[in-house]
Amino acid sequence: MEKQWYTISVYSENNVGLLNRISGIFLKRHINIESLNVSKSEIEGISKFTIVVFMTEDSTRKIVGQIEKQIEVIRAFYHVDDETIYQESALFKIASDLLFDERQIQNIIKESNSQIVTVARDFFVLAKTGRRHEVDEMHDALEPYGIMQFVRSGRIAVSKARMPITEILEEFQNQ
Amino acid sequence: MKISGAEAIIHCLLAEGVDLIYGYPGGAIMPVYDELYKFQDKLTHILARHEQGATHAAQGYARVSGKVGVAMATSGPGATNLVTGIADAQIDSTPMVCITGQVPRHLLGSDAFQETDIVGISTPVTKWNYQITKASEIPEIMAKAFYIARSGRPGPVLVDITKNAQFDELDFVYEKCTGVRSYKPVPKPDVKAIETAADMINSAKKPYIVFGQGVILGEAEAQLKALVEKAGIPAAWTILGLSAMDTDHPLNVGMVGMHGNYAPNVLTNECDLLIAIGMRFDDRVTGSLDTYAKQAKVIHFEIDPAEVNKNVPADLAVLGNAKETLKLLLPLINDNEHKEWRAEFDKKYEIEYEAVIKNSLKPTKEGLTMPEVIEQINLASGHKAVIVSDVGQHQMMACRYAKFKQTKSNITSGGLGTMGFALPAAIGAKMGAMEREVVAIIGDGGYQMTIQELGVIFQHNVPVKIVVLNNEHLGMVRQWQELFFESRYASTVMTNPDFVKIAEGYHIKSRRVVERSELVDAVNEMIASKDPYFLEVRVEKEDNVFPMIPSGASVSDIRLK
Repeated sequence: MEKQWYTISVYSENNVGLLNRISGIFLKRHINIESLNVSKSEIEGISKFTIVVFMTEDSTRKIVGQIEKQIEVIRAFYHVDDETIYQESALFKIASDLLFDERQIQNIIKESNSQIVTVARDFFVLAKTGRRHEVDEMHDALEPYGIMQFVRSGRIAVSKARMPITEILEEFQNQ
Repeated sequence: MKISGAEAIIHCLLAEGVDLIYGYPGGAIMPVYDELYKFQDKLTHILARHEQGATHAAQGYARVSGKVGVAMATSGPGATNLVTGIADAQIDSTPMVCITGQVPRHLLGSDAFQETDIVGISTPVTKWNYQITKASEIPEIMAKAFYIARSGRPGPVLVDITKNAQFDELDFVYEKCTGVRSYKPVPKPDVKAIETAADMINSAKKPYIVFGQGVILGEAEAQLKALVEKAGIPAAWTILGLSAMDTDHPLNVGMVGMHGNYAPNVLTNECDLLIAIGMRFDDRVTGSLDTYAKQAKVIHFEIDPAEVNKNVPADLAVLGNAKETLKLLLPLINDNEHKEWRAEFDKKYEIEYEAVIKNSLKPTKEGLTMPEVIEQINLASGHKAVIVSDVGQHQMMACRYAKFKQTKSNITSGGLGTMGFALPAAIGAKMGAMEREVVAIIGDGGYQMTIQELGVIFQHNVPVKIVVLNNEHLGMVRQWQELFFESRYASTVMTNPDFVKIAEGYHIKSRRVVERSELVDAVNEMIASKDPYFLEVRVEKEDNVFPMIPSGASVSDIRLK
């Protein structure tokens, strides 16, 4: 079976030990997590993990089964890229004098559709939101001029199909 | 009413019906031990001689009684010593609650004396765990711990309690936990799937059942027997499924797996329908997955959705508690006999009998064999004993040759293969079923891993019967060295102490058998004893366990010698 990118979305209770428990499931099987993001979800009090892995569907299905088995996990889903809308964010810290000395920098800012977050005497910060390859392209364009600091977030994604968490919670309430 | 956290823990245990716990005190759990002292008329605490022993005793208690076993330890080394037993309980689905003391909340993360991150350490081997840092959390968390440990597919839960939470006071109100919104312990049976299963079973020519511990945990023994008898289906068991069905039942065809019986392994690859009930297709059961039951359709009755399609793809999954699903299945099943198919098992049994069993039970050579000792225990106990085995050759022999008439009678470390399991587990098993005969069968290697628990047997006069089958080797490893490492016996030869004298040191009645002529009398004396009894049997030093499926080979390629 061929490996591809999967986005795993995990809806869970907000519990201090759960991140450790979930990452352990990958560790135990020697699977690398490509990116991980934890945030609140659309439902109050429910957290959402967004995990990106490069695996076969069979392994992904088994991993999702193991994740769902954890007591505090409500449901976990997996999707290929086409089934989700996804983005990443990146921040670039760059020396301020470049903004005036290198005309090309201004072009990169315009073409990459990035925002200037702040400008200080010594540095300015660019923020870019988009697909991984867009962030990579911007990084490659800026790199020759010198990047003081760079950071990229994990993927965040929403699925095109519904993820029916509210129903699961309601079903429990009605029992 | 305000009470201390420590006292609240005792009230939680009592509310959950606990009357017996195993443990070992220490600094960070002392407030709870102080309450145990006050409540000793309601709650018995057994002092193990090592925390690992406490967990195995709790496991033995849980496995024989179906109740939740409880083990308690202090922080740091006390807690880390529990880990082997917790991992064992996790992989063998044993309901257990472990309570550990922890340094006070304000010292967490400061590398305080006997501080260890037991929640972090135990996370991969627990069904659930939690650290309590406030006394007010105790009732809700303890209720949740017991609910999670015993519900659905059971497992171990660890609750770590900081010392300040034991000292602080709370308003104690206890409510039993009846559900956790993110946790669905038992999938609802799907009637459609059950109807399809019935059609598949009714139309199969060579149906074959392999059952596991799910039958015992789900208390589905009667439903399994009814299914087997109505549909005339031969049924084999995994090591943890043993005793769910009478060993002498004509449709019980024996054990699957690496050292299982010949017919159940070979015919796995000849059946047309494999009905797996409450088992998880462990690698020791299946051998090479590429050649496992490829010709057959597979129905998997299973409570844990994560087990379905994990190792062996199922044509049909029937999720749910086995008792419930089999109950719904039974009325849809046609009477059948499958005479010719069953005859295949008889024929293959004859092959195994001639090649292996005959010589094991009635050896022509001088040295004693493990099977003849086990057979003698069968006879002396009338097939009624609980057999607790450790890990290795003697374990495979115990499971192959022990006879059972009652469920929950075979207690062994199946998934984790924990040497040192049997002696403490036998203590727990006996205390969980005082009316039953409990015989621990242990190798000389594993015995020495938890031998100190003889102290518990002596102190509390726990009338377990201990049989050490002494071949002065780590027998199973030696067997593999002989077969796969050109007999290079690296660190498998044991120079043993005088086991009889050690037992005598604990004032336990003991006897050694060296000659075959002494065996019957010694085993009879042991079974007749009202007190604990230790029996060492010197067996042949370099015997091997056969049949055997070499690691990674197909079940069809099982070796008889």
